[in-house]
Amino acid sequence: MKYLCLIYQEEKQEANVPRDEIQKAKADYWAFTEDIKKTGNYVGSHGLQHTDTATTVRVRNGKLSTTDGPFAETKEQLGGYFLIDAKDLNEAISIAARIPSAKWGSVEVRPVWDKTS
Amino acid sequence: MGLGRSAPGVGQDLIDTIESVYRAESRRVLATLIRLLGDFDLAEEALQEAFAAAVEKWPTEGIPSNPRAWLVSTGRFKAIDRLRRSQREVSEEHDVPQAAAEYKEVADDELRLIFTCCHPALSPDAQVALTLREVCGLTTEEIARAFLTTAPTVAQRIVRAKGKIKGAGIPYEVPALSDLPERLDAVLRVVYLVFNEGYRFRHDLSGEAIRLGRLLAELLPDPEVLGLLALMLLHDSRRAARLSVEGDIVLLEEQDRSLWDRDEIAEGVALVERALASRRVGPYLLQAAIAAVHADATSPAKTDWYEIVGLYDVLLRMDPSPVVELNRAAAIAMRDGPAGCCRRHAMASSTLLLSSSRRQRRLRLPWRDAYNSHSIGSSARKRTNNRLPRLVPGSLVKR
Repeated sequence: MKYLCLIYQEEKQEANVPRDEIQKAKADYWAFTEDIKKTGNYVGSHGLQHTDTATTVRVRNGKLSTTDGPFAETKEQLGGYFLIDAKDLNEAISIAARIPSAKWGSVEVRPVWDKTS
Repeated sequence: MGLGRSAPGVGQDLIDTIESVYRAESRRVLATLIRLLGDFDLAEEALQEAFAAAVEKWPTEGIPSNPRAWLVSTGRFKAIDRLRRSQREVSEEHDVPQAAAEYKEVADDELRLIFTCCHPALSPDAQVALTLREVCGLTTEEIARAFLTTAPTVAQRIVRAKGKIKGAGIPYEVPALSDLPERLDAVLRVVYLVFNEGYRFRHDLSGEAIRLGRLLAELLPDPEVLGLLALMLLHDSRRAARLSVEGDIVLLEEQDRSLWDRDEIAEGVALVERALASRRVGPYLLQAAIAAVHADATSPAKTDWYEIVGLYDVLLRMDPSPVVELNRAAAIAMRDGPAGCCRRHAMASSTLLLSSSRRQRRLRLPWRDAYNSHSIGSSARKRTNNRLPRLVPGSLVKR
């Protein structure tokens, strides 16, 4: 099954993180990604720019409206994702737990609709 | 149960036999069918169809030598048949492997079912409802009554939980050894909640919890599993003595100890001893050990309060909470006697702790029994008892 691991963390806190910790986090992300590529669990991943670059789009009665910023103001913001392939939810949870941001943010694990089911 | 109909001319004896097979085997058959069919709803329908087939066929064919195996294979064929009829083409996934060896896995299937129903990815309320429905076989109406909620609420909770199991791919398996301690905690918590709910309102629920405890102890004899079973048995042993004729709670020190169930006490104490021998002690085992000391005493005065204080000391270090602090303080007051200066302190701190812990949802009956067993002083006790209905709300749902 495929699972989308949505990574949430506090953007505001990132400015306060010391440079060496950022370097360490980058290295951890790289190592984690290499790891799940080797085990065949990796499908895809991206990090996202901050929510101040976001635009929310809606179409109502055929009329387009755009708003500055994310859909909802929350304490933690969506900062990136991993799309993974896992045997079941238990394996997906164990992989999500190894995403470095799980230590300071949170990871939402969402099963992807399977077209065959 | 709901065999629903009886074939004409079927003797009452045979119906009784099938009913007793249902009571003894239906949950195990269900557990295996879920594994074979990979779907809770399909397995439940197959279970009902298998029993309906038994009512039809056993009168003429006789009762099979292995009713459980017969029911599993009949239920499985009925389900596959239904899939074929409804979908015309059946994907290979549903063509389950046929092997006699499968039936050896039956015990594992019950464990799989319990661990799946208590999966931490399900909400705590859903874990309890699903366990009672699938593992204990209660109807949604019975679950709703026990937890003071409505049947549609319970039904919705169960439907959502089953949807998540299927949709999110929660596996039907006993967790790996490395995950077992954490996963076992969730299972034990659910079993103990069911027991406490039953202890207060419905004895059949505590009976179910004890049955689950026995099953877990048989399949997974971890010291905490044995400890929980012992704890439930030791509390249950006092059932006949803990309510007055009018239905009021009788304090432990005022209970007629001749009403205590000696068989349950003997079983509970033996379990505590067996678990303690492993030298791996956890909160359930410690609470069971405390209950065993009470069970061992012929009167409150003859209770080994030194031992109880010692056990609370360990419990407090392992699982600190206002409840344990309160119980420990009360036990110290008992140990040091009415003249002990600790007594007033215990009284004061217990009142404080009670008010501070009202928000804590952990206050359950064992605490009340333990508290009742300690003569903290009648005025404090009176105040406390007045608060009990709010301290131990019956509804798990609100928790």
